[in-house]
Amino acid sequence: MAVTEVSPGGTKAIGYARRRQTLISGWLLLFLSVFVAVVFAVPVTGDASFRLAYPGDAFVIPNLVVPAAPYAYVVSALLAFFGIRQFLPGAARWSGLLLGIGLFLVVTAFLTWATADKSFSLTGMLQATIVRAVPIALGGLAGVLCERVAVVNIAIEGMLLAGAFTGAVVGSTLGGAGGLVAAVLVGGLFGLLLAALVVTYRVDQIIAGVAINLLVLGLTSYVSSQVLTHYRELNNAPVFRSINIPFLSDLPLIGPVLFQQNIFVYGALIMVAVATYYLFHTRSGLRARAVGEHPEAADTLGIDVYRLRYLNVTLGGMVAGFGGAWFTLGSVGRFDDNMTNGRGFIGLAAMIFGRWHPVGALMAALVFGFADSLQQKLAILRTPIPAEFLAMAPYIATIVLVAGLIGRARPPAADGKPYIKD
Amino acid sequence: MDIELRGITKRFGDLVANSGVNLSIKAGEVLGLLGENGAGKSTMMNILSGLYRPDEGEILIDGKPVSFRGPGDAIRAGIGMVHQHFMLVPVFTVAENVVLGVEPTRMLDYLDLRKAREQVREINEEYGLEVDPDELIENLPVGIQQRVEIIKVLFRSASVLIFDEPTAVLTPQEVTEFFKIVRSLRDAGKAIVFITHKLHEIHGIADRISVLRAGKIVGEGLPGKTSDQDLAEMMVGRPVTFEVEKKTFEPGEVLLDIRNLTVLRDDDSVAVDNVTFSVRSGEIVGIAGVQGNGQTALVEALTGLRRVTTGSVTFQGKDITGASVRDRHRMGFAHVPEDRQRAGMITDFTIAENMALNTYYDEPYSHGIVMDWKAVADNSAKYATAFDVRATSIFEAAGHLSGGNQQKMIVARELSRDTKLMIAAQPTRGLDVGSIEYIHKRIVAARDEGDGVLIVSSELDEILALSDRILVMFKGRVVAEFGAGARPANKNDIGLAMAGALA
Repeated sequence: MAVTEVSPGGTKAIGYARRRQTLISGWLLLFLSVFVAVVFAVPVTGDASFRLAYPGDAFVIPNLVVPAAPYAYVVSALLAFFGIRQFLPGAARWSGLLLGIGLFLVVTAFLTWATADKSFSLTGMLQATIVRAVPIALGGLAGVLCERVAVVNIAIEGMLLAGAFTGAVVGSTLGGAGGLVAAVLVGGLFGLLLAALVVTYRVDQIIAGVAINLLVLGLTSYVSSQVLTHYRELNNAPVFRSINIPFLSDLPLIGPVLFQQNIFVYGALIMVAVATYYLFHTRSGLRARAVGEHPEAADTLGIDVYRLRYLNVTLGGMVAGFGGAWFTLGSVGRFDDNMTNGRGFIGLAAMIFGRWHPVGALMAALVFGFADSLQQKLAILRTPIPAEFLAMAPYIATIVLVAGLIGRARPPAADGKPYIKD
Repeated sequence: MDIELRGITKRFGDLVANSGVNLSIKAGEVLGLLGENGAGKSTMMNILSGLYRPDEGEILIDGKPVSFRGPGDAIRAGIGMVHQHFMLVPVFTVAENVVLGVEPTRMLDYLDLRKAREQVREINEEYGLEVDPDELIENLPVGIQQRVEIIKVLFRSASVLIFDEPTAVLTPQEVTEFFKIVRSLRDAGKAIVFITHKLHEIHGIADRISVLRAGKIVGEGLPGKTSDQDLAEMMVGRPVTFEVEKKTFEPGEVLLDIRNLTVLRDDDSVAVDNVTFSVRSGEIVGIAGVQGNGQTALVEALTGLRRVTTGSVTFQGKDITGASVRDRHRMGFAHVPEDRQRAGMITDFTIAENMALNTYYDEPYSHGIVMDWKAVADNSAKYATAFDVRATSIFEAAGHLSGGNQQKMIVARELSRDTKLMIAAQPTRGLDVGSIEYIHKRIVAARDEGDGVLIVSSELDEILALSDRILVMFKGRVVAEFGAGARPANKNDIGLAMAGALA
């Protein structure tokens, strides 16, 4: 062939974005290295003592004692190393992992700094992490179920609140189990309402979601101030107690954290497993995902797009209802105004951070749960940081994680778009 | 399996898309269905594949009347449709796409992907298709994606396969491959319907030709026997000329000079990779290439819509690499964008408003901040007539015009000033033969008057008919040059270059 190349080409412009990201994380790690050295290492003396044993443990393991200042210096040095690594060739491959490890180290350095010369129950905090992750994980899972069929569910917050309220009121009259079932059903009902609004009537998904949130907030606040304050017996539900799993609950550290929990924790874990199986290993799951990615294609293959959207959004609502019941039946046994306090939205963040995967959402929820319980426990340690700032911790974690570190995750292609059949 | 359509009529409101259509499709035969855009080809096939229900008439399969309530019914009856826009989920694997809707399962609704892969391999072997069942669709070239669509249809044991404009997205080499597959399907006893508006390819593949115009079957033809001229006349309803008349090629000074241009897409991947070429006045430079090889970003960069990463663009010796869109307009750029409805016009605006979009800020159309609507209307009336924009009034919403008239309106707007350089991307995409003829005439007229013209098209025939010089883009690079000083334009070589065989 006597055809010549006109322009040789070959600019290595591929990966500009990745290189930029790597450089940013490099600078961030170097900054953290200096920060850890100056703030957590220099002014600190003494040892941090972490209690790993838990009251009632079968085998008692000794405390973990860490010298605070030396530990912080080690962390600082590691961060500096990771940071410099980002500027060397071939950094992009390890960038995300090193940044993750780096941030984890910063958190441990922070903990040793806060605990220096004191003692702190690590087991207790991890247990609280799991507990606090539950509503977020269930909210995130509800979001995954809806968005996988391309329905954006902003109404998770409202569905959680509705579940919490129903759980308290029905739980007070019919007992915990009845309350839980009712909460799940009411959550499903709101899922059905959302589906009807966005699938059948093609209301804008964000507006429909906000409307449901406001509706639930208004209704529950009204009933709680007008009715529940007069009939206190309607707002006094039994709380599900923790169930110890035989043998496993006796393990040190892991036992109290994972196997001495109530049905909400076990329920959330089971639901995440079932949802993963459903979405990625079953025929129904394949169809549901097809509806979320390319509804026209699903339709031409005889798959009922509308039916699957209704089904999954209702299922998502039921999961959120279950998560909502945690606030009352799994925690305090009593309903307060707006007691979900934005957990539904953090659940949505967990869904995105977890890349629309049930397990990912659970992992993200654990990160948020950790931030949440950290804030609570640090109040006990009396750190010089004002309580208001600590209360912001989970939200700052949300912003940093979603905006900064996950990069551009890819949602289902048809997410948020109504499907219009000719 | 034989299918007969009898007296099929379908209306959408006042519009009659099909009226009394009779058609027969026979096993072991390829029926070529020829028609302009809007002639009702797709409506008819959507009826046959169960997406629409006819208002009148009946469908007979092997002599027995049937009625489809949805695509599922048609699939079960053995009718498979390969849509023009592929119906594949990009993030699914080939096997997942093939089995979607008829998935093999085990206990607990468990999706049996192993069995699905096996089944895909069996079909692969039977028809020589060679598709990896585990590859993700988004990683496959369109030619292979089309095979996945074929496997999908065969997997549902279709005996009738309908292809809607199947070659629109393929390179010439892929078309050859595709025709081989179609013949082997026909020889296996399948009935094939091949819908197209391209005359030249129907002779190579069809056994019988039916021509559809304005919702009715207006004629039949035999490939090789009925001439292109006659088929085109049946399609359009009047005689059509295929030749584009041009003055002799006398290029002038270099107008647009592009040096080592690199442009990125939104996701920071390289769209245009170190490209160097120039356009002279009185010359039409055609950029050939399969869509998605950087042409879109190149045009955006040249018209000021996308940032240039490295390299330079000069216009009449002046560096315009970073010049704004309006600066370029004022220098005499005319731009006919690729996506007519999104980038070329505002569909809710009237024709008059649309025609003023690039001049409204100048006298006489506005005085300071006050618009002079009379001047706008006068000017647009003048050019709408001159450019044959057929509308009831210039105050009609531009979105209501047919595709051909929308494009004529855009071309009128762009050329209704003193222009020096015309950049036209996919200028005739989706247009009917009549409009194509007209737009081509206008482009050539601009060149004959001394404008430089840059045409980007994925239609090789269009590039060949118009260009004085042809550049082929592949993966962001200019990989070959043909015509005017380089080697003569040759369809086969250009096709190879488009497929990257020369890269």
